[in-house]
Amino acid sequence: MFEGIDLALVNWSRAQFALTAMYHWIFVPLTLGISILIAIMETIYVKTGNPEWKRVTKFWMTLFGINFAVGVATGIILEFEFGTNWSNYSWFVGDIFGAPLAIEGILAFFMESTFIAIMFFGWNKVSKKFHLLSTWLTAIGANLSALWILVANGWMQLPVGMQFNPETARNEMVSFWDVLFSPMAVHKFIHTTTSAFVLAAIFVIGVSAWFILKKRELVFARKSILIASVFGFLASIYTIFAGDSSARDIAHHQPMKFAAFEGLYNGSEGAGLVALGFMSTNSSDPKNENLKDFTMKIEIPNFLSYMAFMKWDAFVPGIHDLIDGNEKYGIMASAEKIRRGQIAIAKLKEFKTAKDAGQVQLADSLKTEFMSADFQKDYFKYFGYGYISDPKTLVPSVPLSFYSFHIMVGLGFYFLIFFVFAFMYVIRGKIHKKRTFLKIAIWTIPLAYVASQAGWIVAEVGRQPWVIQDLMPTMAAVTRISSGAVQVTFWLFAVVFTTLLIAEIKIMTRQIKIGPKSEGGHN
Amino acid sequence: MFEALSYFTLQQYWWAIVSLLGALFVFLTFVQGGQTLLYTIAKNETERTLLVNTLGRKWEFTFTTLVTFGGAFFASFPLFYATSFGGAYWVWFAILVFFVIQAVSYEFRKKPDNFLGAKTYEVFLVLNGLFGTILVGTAVGTFFNGAMFSLDEMNHVTWATPFRGLEAVLTFHNVALGLSVFFLARVLGLLYFMNSVSNSNIMERSQKHLLYNAIPFLVFFLYFLIALVLKDGFAYNPETGEVFVEEFKYLHNIVALPLVTVIMLVGVVGVLWGIISSVLKPGTKGIWFAGPGTVLTVWALFLLAGYNNTAFYPSIYDLQSSLTIRNASSSQFTLTAMSYVSLFVPFVLAYIWYAWKSMNRKPIDEKELSEEHHLY
Ligand code: HDD
Ligand code: HEM
Ligand code: HEM
Repeated sequence: MFEGIDLALVNWSRAQFALTAMYHWIFVPLTLGISILIAIMETIYVKTGNPEWKRVTKFWMTLFGINFAVGVATGIILEFEFGTNWSNYSWFVGDIFGAPLAIEGILAFFMESTFIAIMFFGWNKVSKKFHLLSTWLTAIGANLSALWILVANGWMQLPVGMQFNPETARNEMVSFWDVLFSPMAVHKFIHTTTSAFVLAAIFVIGVSAWFILKKRELVFARKSILIASVFGFLASIYTIFAGDSSARDIAHHQPMKFAAFEGLYNGSEGAGLVALGFMSTNSSDPKNENLKDFTMKIEIPNFLSYMAFMKWDAFVPGIHDLIDGNEKYGIMASAEKIRRGQIAIAKLKEFKTAKDAGQVQLADSLKTEFMSADFQKDYFKYFGYGYISDPKTLVPSVPLSFYSFHIMVGLGFYFLIFFVFAFMYVIRGKIHKKRTFLKIAIWTIPLAYVASQAGWIVAEVGRQPWVIQDLMPTMAAVTRISSGAVQVTFWLFAVVFTTLLIAEIKIMTRQIKIGPKSEGGHN
Repeated sequence: MFEALSYFTLQQYWWAIVSLLGALFVFLTFVQGGQTLLYTIAKNETERTLLVNTLGRKWEFTFTTLVTFGGAFFASFPLFYATSFGGAYWVWFAILVFFVIQAVSYEFRKKPDNFLGAKTYEVFLVLNGLFGTILVGTAVGTFFNGAMFSLDEMNHVTWATPFRGLEAVLTFHNVALGLSVFFLARVLGLLYFMNSVSNSNIMERSQKHLLYNAIPFLVFFLYFLIALVLKDGFAYNPETGEVFVEEFKYLHNIVALPLVTVIMLVGVVGVLWGIISSVLKPGTKGIWFAGPGTVLTVWALFLLAGYNNTAFYPSIYDLQSSLTIRNASSSQFTLTAMSYVSLFVPFVLAYIWYAWKSMNRKPIDEKELSEEHHLY
């Protein structure tokens, strides 16, 4: 069915999606987090009536607006890219995936865009209370939009609540709630939004630190750091817990991704956690870049087993176990999965042929067989494997997954400590003396972006070669178009988005240098 | 409650909703139309800033409606999403890029150190207004004139021309719709200026240009309508799903769907009245007739394209691949679940209405802008 798919096409399409998604994600976390920080600040203003808080609120609001515009510009491309570049995928999953996207539009984007106008332009037009409500609704709208897209993404990692319909050759939803409350989706939502709060808190602290270093706006900066450090600390704790839960979901449902980001080649009972390691480059198998091992590592014994399965001596499968199979622990070899997948695909074709030929009885009996619980469990479950020709392609990029994951987790703990120091210094009134800390605070801003991007690399690279885990490989999802066309749009977006990014950074730094404006007294 | 409805009723219900979103979008392109008039109506920097800020408070809505239209189409008729976006690749990306550059232009135009310069962002706004409207209109024209695709047994799309949708401009009927949308957007933009800006120069110039834009709009739109009524259409047999060409199909639909025809007539009268009354006597009320009139007219056009056993996305390359609301839709379960979500729509419209009302108590003038903290 997918004979003659051009690999260059698949790779360019992936590159284009990765490019546009990663650009989008540069702007999204700041929007998500800072909108809430602004709402908290404005709440304090309304409660205390202290105009200084209004000034603080308005300053961060200006930065929010600049960032928001590019977030919107990059987001629209992603939405339509599902159709333009992944059209086979759009049909295969549209019945499930479309609904969250539509709900996102109806419930979240409209909320965001309605109240954002009041938030920016309503200061002198609506009551203080209504303005505050609008600011909160903008923040809630933004975070709700995150919910729906993450539900969709969670479903791709763990397809639940659906049933394949051979008549239409697509997956159809049978339970909306299963899709919405899938543990993968819930943990993903919490982890992603709280990680965005962490990023925004770091952004606010870093920018405020710059003001203190320049000996400007000291009161403003201290107030901002105070709020951001408390918010960031709480968000960090949630991020770490939800990240840990995500990892456990993955150990159960995407063992290959788990093995890849842990760098675990040979599974074992009581597996150790590699806290720090360098992948070896002198591969014993030069043809297969993926299968490398460590030259140097620091390992915590038994910890990985505990993390993944809550038992110190549980068996954690490694990449080799998953490819070659491991009878002792009941792990099926990938060659066998491929065979079963091929049977499922062949059965579907047989049914289609019978139906087209008008052999009603034969078609009906084939359909009944296809839909039977046994066939679904033993064969259809591996449907996507039928497209795979070489088991080695089932291994995602291990170095990329491993390093991204460890960088993210390492930074996660660093941020936690960072917030504690920021809070302590500011509460003791000593922060203006801690010049080294202030400089570190500025440099922590890019690190937050690194951690956040690394997270998506773990999630998305780690699940390769699947777009939908076990059901649809990436190469089967792609729109059949010339790879030249995709190259053209790739470079087009590379240029357009890079230009927008440069403009955004220039405008943003200039607005920071201008600093908070003084209030005209009224209100 | 939606469980009680038949699959086909749900499909029709969702076609009505998607069509309504499309119609709202066309009305909201008054923002795009206004953008193409920045240099015509404003003669100096202050006036231009006034216009940009008037439009700038609404651009998000147009954008969001486009995004939601896409999302709702994906959810209810995923096969259209897969076929048209994947197939007519160049058209859709061209449309998208012209919206991407709009999204930053308001926010960035006046900001110091904005890298490209205020002029560039103004050019972006004009380009968005020009191509955004013409391309969308032309693309919608293919709902009536067909496109060059075929689908295989797994519903994978193959496009028959290397131009990937751009060939739609070769059919004048499509282009006529594109140009109608463009001039209509300008008409609505002018009516919006007359309604929302308190400045006598702008009022006077807008009124003058209203006539200049209304005439080409009427010419193209009437051409489109008359040609539509006279042309062959794409029908299908509801029993077998077989698609065939039927003479005077859209005329038959007009006769067979009297309610839709009434909606269309009321809409057209509303648009005409909004234009004529404002041309004759300057006033702020024109948009209140032309706006809803646009929504009704476009809504009816979409309904004619999909109801009464009509293929809404015909293939002129392989007739049997044509999309209908029956073969392109989501499953009954998904349509039912989504129908519950659609119950929120009136609530969303209500808060949008309330928010706009509290913001638009009085028209914008220069004094307000001079006091504004957040300026475009
Ligand atoms: C966790 C959050 C999150 C994630 C994973 C994504 N987005 Fe996003 N998106 C947002 C969070 C967000 C946001 C915070 O709501 C944005 C970003 C900046 C903004 O202004 O709104 C937004 C804007 C935004 C817009 C513009 C909406 C408007 O008109 O206001 C679209 C069409 C999309 N996104 C679509 C997507 C698609 C198709 C994604 C997946 C591939 C995606 N986003 C990933
Ligand atoms: C905004 C945050 C996101 C980022 C930064 C991100 C990152 C990436 C990256 C890096 C890739 C390329 C993987 C590779 O080619 O090896 C990718 C691919 C992909 N992602 Fe994401 N992703 C994000 C959100 C999503 C979401 C929310 C979805 C779906 C709902 C999604 C769906 C896909 C698809 C369909 C592909 C293309 C197929 C593939 O190569 O896997 N992504 N993404
Ligand atoms: C110690 C703390 C952390 C742990 C244990 C952790 C764990 C994880 C895991 C296992 C994933 C993969 C989820 C998947 O594949 O579906 C992930 C994804 C992600 N992480 Fe983290 N993470 C931590 C800290 C952070 C920090 C500090 C940030 C950013 C500031 C962050 C941002 C992300 C993002 C954006 C994603 C992609 C979305 C998702 O799949 O949930 N993480 N994280």
